[in-house]
Formats: sequence, C-alpha cells, structure tokens
Amino acid sequence: MKPRTRWEAVCTVEDLVPESGIAVWTEDGPVAVFYLPHRLPALFAISHTDPFSGSNVLARGITGDLKGEPVVASPLYKQHFSLGTGVCLEDDTVRVKTYPVLLDGNQIRLEVRANQRQSVAA
Amino acid sequence: MSKKTLIVVGNGMVGHHFLEQFCASPAAADFEIIVFGEEKQLAYDRVHLSEYFGGSSHADLAMGTLEWYTEQGIQLHLNEQVTGINREHRTLETPRGSYRYDELVLATGSYPFVPPIKGNDRPHCLVYRTLDDLDAIRASSEGARTGVVVGGGLLGLEAANALKSLGLEAHVVEFAPRLMPVQLDTDGGALLRHKIEELGVQVHTEKATTAITEGEDARLCMNFSDESFLETDLIVFSAGIRPQDALARASGLEIGERGGIVIDNHCTTSDPHVHAIGECALWEQKIFGLVAPGYTMARTLSSALNGDRETAFTGADMSTKLKLLGVDVGSIGDAHAQTPGARNIRFNDEQAGHYRRMVISEDGKTLLGAILVGDNSHYDTLLQYALNGITLPENPETLILPESQGGAPALGPDALPETASICSCHNVTKGDIFGAIDAGCSDLGSVKAETKASTGCGGCTALLKNVVDSELEKRGVEVSKDLCEHFPYSRQELFHLVKVNGIRTFRTLISQHGKGHGCDICKPAVASILATCWNEHILATDHVPLQDTNDTFMANMQKNGTYSIVPRIPGGEITPDKLIVLGEVAKQYDLYTKITGGQRVDLFGATLSQLPEIWEKLIAAGFETGHAYGKSLRTVKSCVGNTWCRYGVQDSVGMAIRLEDRYKGLRAPHKVKMAVSGCTRECAEAQSKDFGVIATENGWNLYVCGNGGMRPRHADLFATDLSDEELIRTIDRVVMFYVRTADRLQRTSVWMENLEGGLEYLKQVVLEDSLGIGAELEEHMEGIVGTYQCEWKTAVEDPEKRKRFREFVNAPSQSDPVQEWTVERGQRRPVLESA
Ligand SMILES: Cc1cc2nc3c(=O)[nH]c(=O)nc-3n(C[C@H](O)[C@H](O)[C@H](O)COP(=O)(O)OP(=O)(O)OC[C@H]3O[C@@H](n4cnc5c(N)ncnc54)[C@H](O)[C@@H]3O)c2cc1C
Ligand code: SF4
Ligand code: FES
Repeated sequence: MKPRTRWEAVCTVEDLVPESGIAVWTEDGPVAVFYLPHRLPALFAISHTDPFSGSNVLARGITGDLKGEPVVASPLYKQHFSLGTGVCLEDDTVRVKTYPVLLDGNQIRLEVRANQRQSVAA
Repeated sequence: MSKKTLIVVGNGMVGHHFLEQFCASPAAADFEIIVFGEEKQLAYDRVHLSEYFGGSSHADLAMGTLEWYTEQGIQLHLNEQVTGINREHRTLETPRGSYRYDELVLATGSYPFVPPIKGNDRPHCLVYRTLDDLDAIRASSEGARTGVVVGGGLLGLEAANALKSLGLEAHVVEFAPRLMPVQLDTDGGALLRHKIEELGVQVHTEKATTAITEGEDARLCMNFSDESFLETDLIVFSAGIRPQDALARASGLEIGERGGIVIDNHCTTSDPHVHAIGECALWEQKIFGLVAPGYTMARTLSSALNGDRETAFTGADMSTKLKLLGVDVGSIGDAHAQTPGARNIRFNDEQAGHYRRMVISEDGKTLLGAILVGDNSHYDTLLQYALNGITLPENPETLILPESQGGAPALGPDALPETASICSCHNVTKGDIFGAIDAGCSDLGSVKAETKASTGCGGCTALLKNVVDSELEKRGVEVSKDLCEHFPYSRQELFHLVKVNGIRTFRTLISQHGKGHGCDICKPAVASILATCWNEHILATDHVPLQDTNDTFMANMQKNGTYSIVPRIPGGEITPDKLIVLGEVAKQYDLYTKITGGQRVDLFGATLSQLPEIWEKLIAAGFETGHAYGKSLRTVKSCVGNTWCRYGVQDSVGMAIRLEDRYKGLRAPHKVKMAVSGCTRECAEAQSKDFGVIATENGWNLYVCGNGGMRPRHADLFATDLSDEELIRTIDRVVMFYVRTADRLQRTSVWMENLEGGLEYLKQVVLEDSLGIGAELEEHMEGIVGTYQCEWKTAVEDPEKRKRFREFVNAPSQSDPVQEWTVERGQRRPVLESA
C-alpha cells in the first residue's frame, strides 16, 4: 500500500536561486530545492542532509552535470549526488532521499508523507 | 559427486582474506565452507582498531559484508568458539555442536600476553586487541583520571594514544631501557621518548612491575621492583602477543618451543588435512605479527588447496612504517646491525627532531636495514633499496642527508626492478602494475581496482602513484590537462579565451567554448578567472551559483554546517578598541575564538543567518572581510620591525599593511600568503610564504614561491635591496603572471617548478621584461586595486543578497537540528556523530 502523501507548499518562485539550491523545512525535515533553469525538468528536491557528515548543507553545494546527469557536489567532502535519483556517484551504496516537486502557480510544492511525525532535537 | 567440507576457525583479518582468495578460485566449487569466529563481529580491520576511538564503527572497519558471505554460500557462525578438534575422526566441537571437516584451516591469530604479576586480574586491568576490549577500556575510563599502559612497544604506544584520546593522563611503563626496543636503537628510542613526552604522555623505562594493589588516590597502585610506585585508575597490558595455539596444542599438532603452530612452505601443519595461517602460525621458528605476511600465507594456502605446489611461503619482510601519537617511526630489515661486518651511518638533527640510521653491508654496496624517527619521508626509498638489493650510490650517506646538505632526491620509479614489491599488503609488484597497464588500465583508479594495490594499509599510496604516472607518461598516455569534462582547455587557456573575447559570464563561456552545464571543478575555476579579469562582486547574480560554498557565503564552512569568520587585520596590527569589538561580537554570538597563524582572529560557529548580522557589527567597527574563504590573498604577516625592535632596520609593519591593502581581494588560482620581516632575524617567517620580504640596510629582499603546509618549501631569493616602489612593482608582476598562467589550485611553488626554465625564467620575465608584458601586468594589477570593494559591505547593504543567508527560507525561526554543542576549555564546540 502506498503511504498517504500530501503536497506541502515550501516556498515561492522568488525564493529560488537559478543554477543553485536553497533549503526549506518540511514535515519530513530539511530539504534542498534546486532550480536549474536550463534543464527540463528544472526543479529538483533532495534531502538537505549530507550523509557523509550528517550535516545539513547539501543545498549549499555547487550544481552541474556529470555525463549528462544533474548533480550537486557536497560542500563538505565533495561527493556528487544525482539530483534525479539521490544516488552518490562516488559510492552507489549511499543515497539521499529525493522528493517529487512541482510548481503550482507561484508556489513550490513537495510531496511528503502525510501526518508523519519527525522527532526534532531542539 | 558430493562436496567436501572446509572449515576455517577464526574470522579475523587473515581468515577473511583467505576466504576472499579461496572463493575466487576454482577449488571453491568442490567445497562446502563453514567459518567459526569467536568474536561477535564479522572480521574487521584490526590494524586500524584505534580508529574505533576516533569515531569509526564496526561497520567502518568491517572487511566484508554478511551479504558477501551469503552470496558465496559460506555458513558463518559468529560468537561461537571452537573448543576441540578430533583429528582421527576429522571433527571439531563447539558449545553448540559437532562438525565434520575434510580440510581444516586454523586462523586463530594471537592473544595479548599479560605478564604474571600479582593482581593482574583486578578489575580495570585490561588488554588491547578486540573491539570488545576497546569497549571495556571506554567503560573503565568513565570517571577515571589516569591510565597506564604496560609495554612501550608499537601497540603499547598506540594504546597510550587511545587513553589520551579518552581524556586520561597517560603513562607508559616499559621494562627495557628504551621505547620500541625491537625496532629502535638507543638514539632513536630516546628521540621518540622525547617527542612523546612533549605530547604529554609520561614514559617510565626500566620499570619492572612486581604487584598491582589497591590504590589510595586512584583505583589501583602499581608497585615496581625499585620500590617506586604509580597510582592509576586503569591499566592496559600491551606486553607482546602470543600465538593462539591452544586448540592445535590440545589436538596434538606440532607446536614450536615458544608457541606457534608449525607449518611448512604451503602452510600445512604436521597433519596434512590441517593448515594454519596468520599470527598463530610458526614458519621456520618465526611468528609474523603483521598483517601482510598473514595475507601472503592466505594466498599461498589458497593456491595449495587448488593443487598448486609451486607457490610457497618464503618468509616476509617485517619492516614497519607508522605514525605513533603523530610521530613518524620507521624500521627496516636488520635495524640493529646484527649481520656480521655491517656498518652504520647515522644522521641526527636534534634541532628538527629527526633521527636516521642506515645499516649497510661490509662492502658498502647494499642496504641491510634502517631506523627512522621523526620523519618518514626517506622510508619508501630506503625500503626499496633494502628489499630489492639495489646497489647503493657511491656516497650512501646522501640518502639520509637533508636535500639542502647534498642529500639525494627520492629514488625514482625507474630505478626499481620489475620484481620490486610496491604494495606488500596485496603483493603487487612493479611488473604487476605494468601488466595492468598493458591490459588497458589508463589511470591510477583503474590500476588500483585491477590490482588492489594500496587498498590495504595504504602505506604505499604515494609510491604507487609515482610508478603509475611515470609509466603512463612513458607510454605517451597523455595525462589530460583538460579542466574537466565540460571544457577541453587548461585554466591558462580559458583565462586567455575570457580575456581576449571579453567574456563576462559562465553561461557565455560554456555555450561558446564548452559543453553541458558545468560542475564543481570548472565553475569555481571560471569564477576565479572572471573575478581576476573583471573584478565584479562575487555575489552578482550570474556569479553566485559558480562559487564554492565558502565564496558564496563569504565565510568558511565547518564540519557541522556552521561557518567561521575572519575579519582582515592588516599586518596583524589592531587597536585595543577593535580587539574589544571582536571580543564583544564573539561573546554575543557565543563564537569559539582562536588566533590564527596569520596573525588574525578566527570566530567559529556562526549560523548562516547570523553571518550578515555579525558582519553589520564588524563593518560598523571598521572591519573588512579577510577573504579567508577565498582563493586569494590571505594575510601579510609581519614582525614589529624598527618601530619597536632594537634590531629592526625597516618598518616591516608599515610595509606589511601596505602590501595587504594592495593585494587584498585579488582572486588567484590558489591562496596566496605573504610576510615581512624587519631584519635578517626573520621573525615573521617570510621565507615560508608565497611572497616573503626581508628588510636590509638598503631596502628589501624579496623571496618568492615558498609555502608551509603539507609539502613545505623554502621561498627562493628573487631580488635584493629593492626600494619600496621597486618591491611593489616586482610583486605586482609576479602575482599577475601567476594569476594568468597557473593551473587551477596550483600554489605558486608548484607553478614555478612547472614553469619551463623555473626561477631563472621567472626572473627574466619579471626583472628583465623578456616577454615585453611588464607594463601590461602592472596595469592589470592597478585596475584591480582600483575596483576593490569589501564584499561583505556590499552584501549587507543589499536586501536581495541578504536573502541568500536564510537557513531555511520558509522557517526563519527553525534552527538546524544537527547543530548541537558542548563546552570545552571554556568555549563552545560542535558535537557531531557522523551519520
Ligand atoms: C591495535 C593494533 C594495531 C595493529 N597495527 C598493525 C599495523 O600497523 N600493521 C600490521 O601489519 N599489523 C598491525 N597489527 C597486527 C594485525 O592486526 C594482525 O597481524 C592481524 O590482525 C592478524 O590477523 P589474524 O587473522 O592472524 O588474527 P586475528 O585478526 O587476531 O584473528 C583471529 C580471530 O580468530 C578468533 N579465534 C581465535 N580462537 C578461536 C577459536 N577457538 N574459535 C573461533 N574463533 C577463534 C579470534 O577471536 C579472532 O577474531 C595491529 C594489531 C593491533 C591489535
Ligand atoms: S625580524 Fe628583526 S626586526 Fe623583526 S622582530 Fe625579528 S629581530 Fe626584530
Ligand atoms: S602496502 Fe599496504 S596497501 Fe599497499
């Protein structure tokens, strides 16, 4: 059974930075949203948490493409993550969560699990 | 045909390596394989055991995965000790059952030797061999203040380091008169002791412990034969290891006089169906307490079980290279000159803390052994001489003299024979590497994947790279200079394209001269080129996405995602008022505060959203950005010079401030550091900088292309007795020439070494203007100086730019949940478990 999901509005088009990422807070924790205007689709959303350091930094990495695949490079230890699948190009056993993302008028929405409680340390 | 059964007892490093070898061989198809391991965990990398205290988990250290065992069809019984062997019936016993074997492999390793001292079984008396041991040590360190390691050998010192890292006051008690008696001589041991004591570990030699009793001020008291005593909260015994041969002994296999399961050249014991490998095996009366020989035995046995009687174990090299508490120690071959007629050459630099000793044959032709303390940079070369019997040069002492005293450079890969062992962990020779290249490997990564070289202890990494690079180059494999997959140009070529075609954005450059969308290699490189050419604000919309995070947010990202801030303090001169502002800001935001080597103050722990607020305050107090985040001029360090110092001959602070103000903000291929000393005493250490200026009676001497860091290099004297104006003109030209022609991330030192013609050529270009570009270089520099802006000032004044500094754009009050803190030495620091 597919878990229940909902499309959470996280920010507006004005918040996006072309060719780069921003971070938003969702019910599912921190998520990085990337806007690559020269690609189709142009919006990508992956977890903001860098699995190698545990820190919330992925939105602040440099974006680009490797062999055609859209990627972001972790600003800490420089591994590349596919924006499409979340898989780490240097170590395919590691992957970060990806989120379906859509543009609804002026709103950017992410598909997240409904009613999921995420415990958050203060 | 029904399958035969092969049982392996012991799931340690060697047992695991054997399984990897054997399962990949044809004979594996004929056997059912069962493995028993006494430890709870799957085989792990014991060599790096100490990293467990550094935060590595069992998963990080594990040698394989459970899936792999399943895929190979291996029945794995962990946490199950084999308690008996019946060789007549070919069965063995465990507390859970009885199993039949056709072939038996003993890979039981060794156990730590605990000297028979009264009281050695008290609580808090521990050993250092397994993950469980480390857990016990960690538990015992709770509430403890001091810890003692009994045994000053290699493992003992590692254990002492571990105790230190647990926050204990660490002591080492050694029976012999010096540390590492097996590997080192008196001088080497003394130097090591000195260095280790400097690190805060207390060393007690020539101490025989007679009893361990209850302590008065601590949990335990160690009593020594000379009536002295030492109180401590815990004791770790590391007084050597003994082969784990109990099973073999009880079943009547032949055992050496001092322990060890006797094996032949094919790793078979006195029973043709029982084999032994690793630290439990005794070959020609020798036990091998290192992992590489164990791996060789594993390979040998796997071959033998495949019917290969040619491959034989013929002993192993016991040379070791390690870093103990951060001190380099190396010991090669016959380190104690026990070969008849052997002669010694020693080099001892007490000032620098380097000791080197070579043991050479009577005829002076071959190297028999060596000892190194304090600096292992000669180890690889010496090891190759010793292992391969390469004839020594006429003046062998040049091998251990520093280069500045006529020492020889490292042995080039060409000098090694094809049989030379490059990686001893995986038994890879130079010939094997050539084979891999023949088979189509065309870079370091593929050679590593193909041969496994340098995937063990990692000690051979540098040597492997040398061998591979030099061979590829010889075969005419063009070591590609392309920046990355998006641009078929070097940085210098791109610089030219940008300049000549007046290109101002990354988009234009990539659409006209490259392909795809760029990456984290080419984007920052192009950003730096654009900055040098046009000097626009780095947060201009087009440039933002090109920058490394540090440039984007104009601060240095730390491991928990917070940033550090370094305001510019030109020449290290600061008024008390400004210093107070730094203190107040740091206090308000609870920033960890540290003085840097470049004479400034670094404030750590600011969150993204705090950065603009903090900078507003700093700018109001007159500070400017220090560009610590950029590949650009960092600091101009200076001594106090003739305004105060009685030796000074020029105003070094004044000059340093002038230089720093001139070159601040200049984007370069890599960071650039400068320093100015007020006289030849050189208190500002200018010769370790990219640009070093030293005052003379008549003006200034300029040194160029030095650096500290990983690969330190003394700067070269470039010009003497320059006036102020001449000095600045000369630096202008060298800096600009570097910025225009260097490769991405190339420091000035490497740039200069790679210039055809080197220093002399650079002198011709700059001092004699041989290319006729002197005026152009100066003009370009002048333009950059004229358009300087403090990036932070521009940023805080622009609401659009400030928007970038929101941590979560939709939740301004949400703090980052992983940023947790603890207090150490009165200041805050991050707590962060790696995920
Ligand atoms: C802290 C430390 C640092 C080291 N550093 C280095 C280094 O820098 N370089 C280097 O070359 N070497 C180093 N070594 C040594 C290296 O770890 C050993 O040489 C290597 O682990 C030997 O492998 P082995 O498989 O023979 O033994 P082990 O790895 O000890 O494995 C033997 C296994 O067999 C199990 N076993 C024993 N008896 C039974 C039984 N009856 N039934 C079931 N299971 C049993 C044991 O529990 C153990 O798990 C270091 C060792 C330590 C402890
Ligand atoms: S370098 Fe010379 S002038 Fe500068 S502090 Fe040292 S002694 Fe004084
Ligand atoms: S020598 Fe250990 S990995 Fe090569």
